[in-house]
Amino acid sequence: MPKSLIKSGAVIDGYTIGECVHAGGMATLWTVTHPGIEMPLLMKVPRASEGEDPAAIVSFEMEMMILPRLAGPHVPHCYGTGDFARQAYAVIERIPGTTLYKRLPDLPLPYEEARLLVAKIAAALADLHRQNVIHHDIKPSSVMFRESGDAVLIDYGLSHHDHLPDLLQEEFRLPYGTAPYMAPERLLGVRDDPRSDLFSLGVLLYFFTTGERPFGEGETLRAMRRRLWRDPHPPRSLRADYPPWLQEVVLRCLEIEPVWRYPTATQLAFDLAHPNQVKLTARSERLKRDPLSVAWRRRFNQDVKQPRAKPDVAEQIASSPILAVALDTVEGTAELNEALRVTTERILATLPSARLACVNVLKLNRIAIDKTLDEQGSNKHIDRLVALRHWATPLRLDESRLSVHVLEAVDPAAALLEFAEANQVDHLIVGARQSSFRRTLLGSVSAKVAAEATCTVTVVRPPRMAAAKPGAGVVWG
Amino acid sequence: MLLAVFSDIHGNRQAFEACLRVARARAAERFILLGDFVGYGADPEWVVDTAMDLVAHGAIAVRGNHDEAVNTTAENMNNEAQIAIEWTRRRLDAAQRRFLAELPMLVEDGDRLFVHAEASNPKRWHYVRSTTDAAKSLIATPSHVTFCGHIHRPALYSMSVTAKMTSFVPKTDVPVQLLRGRQWLAVLGSVGQPRDGDPSASFVLFDTLSCQITYCRVPYDIASAANKIRENGLPLWLADRLSQGR
Repeated sequence: MPKSLIKSGAVIDGYTIGECVHAGGMATLWTVTHPGIEMPLLMKVPRASEGEDPAAIVSFEMEMMILPRLAGPHVPHCYGTGDFARQAYAVIERIPGTTLYKRLPDLPLPYEEARLLVAKIAAALADLHRQNVIHHDIKPSSVMFRESGDAVLIDYGLSHHDHLPDLLQEEFRLPYGTAPYMAPERLLGVRDDPRSDLFSLGVLLYFFTTGERPFGEGETLRAMRRRLWRDPHPPRSLRADYPPWLQEVVLRCLEIEPVWRYPTATQLAFDLAHPNQVKLTARSERLKRDPLSVAWRRRFNQDVKQPRAKPDVAEQIASSPILAVALDTVEGTAELNEALRVTTERILATLPSARLACVNVLKLNRIAIDKTLDEQGSNKHIDRLVALRHWATPLRLDESRLSVHVLEAVDPAAALLEFAEANQVDHLIVGARQSSFRRTLLGSVSAKVAAEATCTVTVVRPPRMAAAKPGAGVVWG
Repeated sequence: MLLAVFSDIHGNRQAFEACLRVARARAAERFILLGDFVGYGADPEWVVDTAMDLVAHGAIAVRGNHDEAVNTTAENMNNEAQIAIEWTRRRLDAAQRRFLAELPMLVEDGDRLFVHAEASNPKRWHYVRSTTDAAKSLIATPSHVTFCGHIHRPALYSMSVTAKMTSFVPKTDVPVQLLRGRQWLAVLGSVGQPRDGDPSASFVLFDTLSCQITYCRVPYDIASAANKIRENGLPLWLADRLSQGR
């Protein structure tokens, strides 16, 4: 291994080395400048001299393979890498500020602050998983925030890229990572399940809202293995005022079996964005851990666990999309709503992990002041929520997969588009405008949504037979 | 330089033509042929002539077990392969047979090694089926990247400086950088008789500068290739298996 060429003032591949800003166990970080790049830069250099941990080398190799392929606001941009033949390094953008680790003295955080924080990390994870990468080291010191508020995930030395060789697969006899945050399946050698990151994020959410780590700080394998059968103390047993919805979310992330957790980070982010829509189950009420008899049964029945089928990361995410269906609840739309239900049902039938958001737009007048109450004096907003739930009842969806939303807006199309964007909707189902008169007057909502949405849009019309009735006034288009 | 590497063409003209077209369109500058030009397929003359022409223009070619069997014996092979080799032998002229007979077992080119089968003892024609086989091959050579074929299923192995192995089934069209700190074994899929469940023809592009390898798949006229096998009275399974990719 060649001697390190890194010292203040040295120049490597056009990068002038500045000062060392961090010396960690695996790598050192240096400020660097490059004549062609205005962005503040950091050079990450592995500790790879003789006698160093070989893990430092392998995880740096992994990072060098993954970093240049990542894109978007949730990862540090990578400007270049150098390999071990001469001097291993990676040059990345320097993100101003500190990691979440600095917040540890402030724990526990107020629930609302923790909710917003973790929702942002979940959005970042969703973006990373869409790029076929599982982070595998989610913890406070791996998370930073841009000025825009976007979370940035750093440190990819333990990550898995589904499209690249996994250099860590046989490297270590014991699972490698940060013990308090490690998902139970990692202890069994599983490295290709994105839900491992959701477990780690659940640990972080638990820690940030209770001030305690759910599985302690034990670093021994014995201590770590307990999480394969022992569930954590429910947060409500630590803080009496712990919101049930938050406990529901936290304990779902911390489920021992990945299949009981959220199927995707996007779905977790969705629940965090709509806490009053979180379906409360027995999890949310728990005040004690499972009785020992249950835990011991888990402990001694490990071999009963079925080996999981291994679809790749992209497939897993694609099978758990967020669907949104836009419904009009006013009179005269029964036929269209029925057609929307049939279409939605068919799409859901192929996607058992999808979740469905039913959306209605309460159109506001541009000029007149809107009254919350209608002519009969009942609350329009609540009426519509009730109507949406009623529409969805025949779908017989588990409540944890269904949510209803009434958006108040002047421009229904813009409101739908914004909803789809904010909630990372994968597929939007809308009905075509039926009345020709209104369409020419107002423009078609479905046309605008179909043209401008960044996700798949299905435009639904009632069956032809019904439309053929003379004088029905239905126009196709 | 961008290399295009082909293995196990097996007399399949349609598949080889399609792969060459794609490789040229992607600006490949040098062609590498990892052996088994003949056997199974019904166009051995065209394939061997094309290989001879490519070699005359700078391509590297090594010998496969089917190429060897044309000039020696096919008695170690299974029944269908034997029938195909006997048939092939009658089709090739002396110059074509001499080309196959004179092919080297392996070629070293810089820090790359090209060989048909597992490299520790290429004459034994061992398959690389596992990390254990791959380790045997990688330990036997100092090369940074070894390219081989023979098994008709793509795989990519690596060995770290501490002799830890990794194995990986490459994704089509996703370039992978073969890092300098470890040794790599790139096992190619087959041009003319894929057996990994995907019937499209398989080859590899390798950029010697960036050390990036890209596994490519090319759809081709399977029906014509299969028909020609049937028309020539070769075993039917050799035709049927093409559309199944196994």
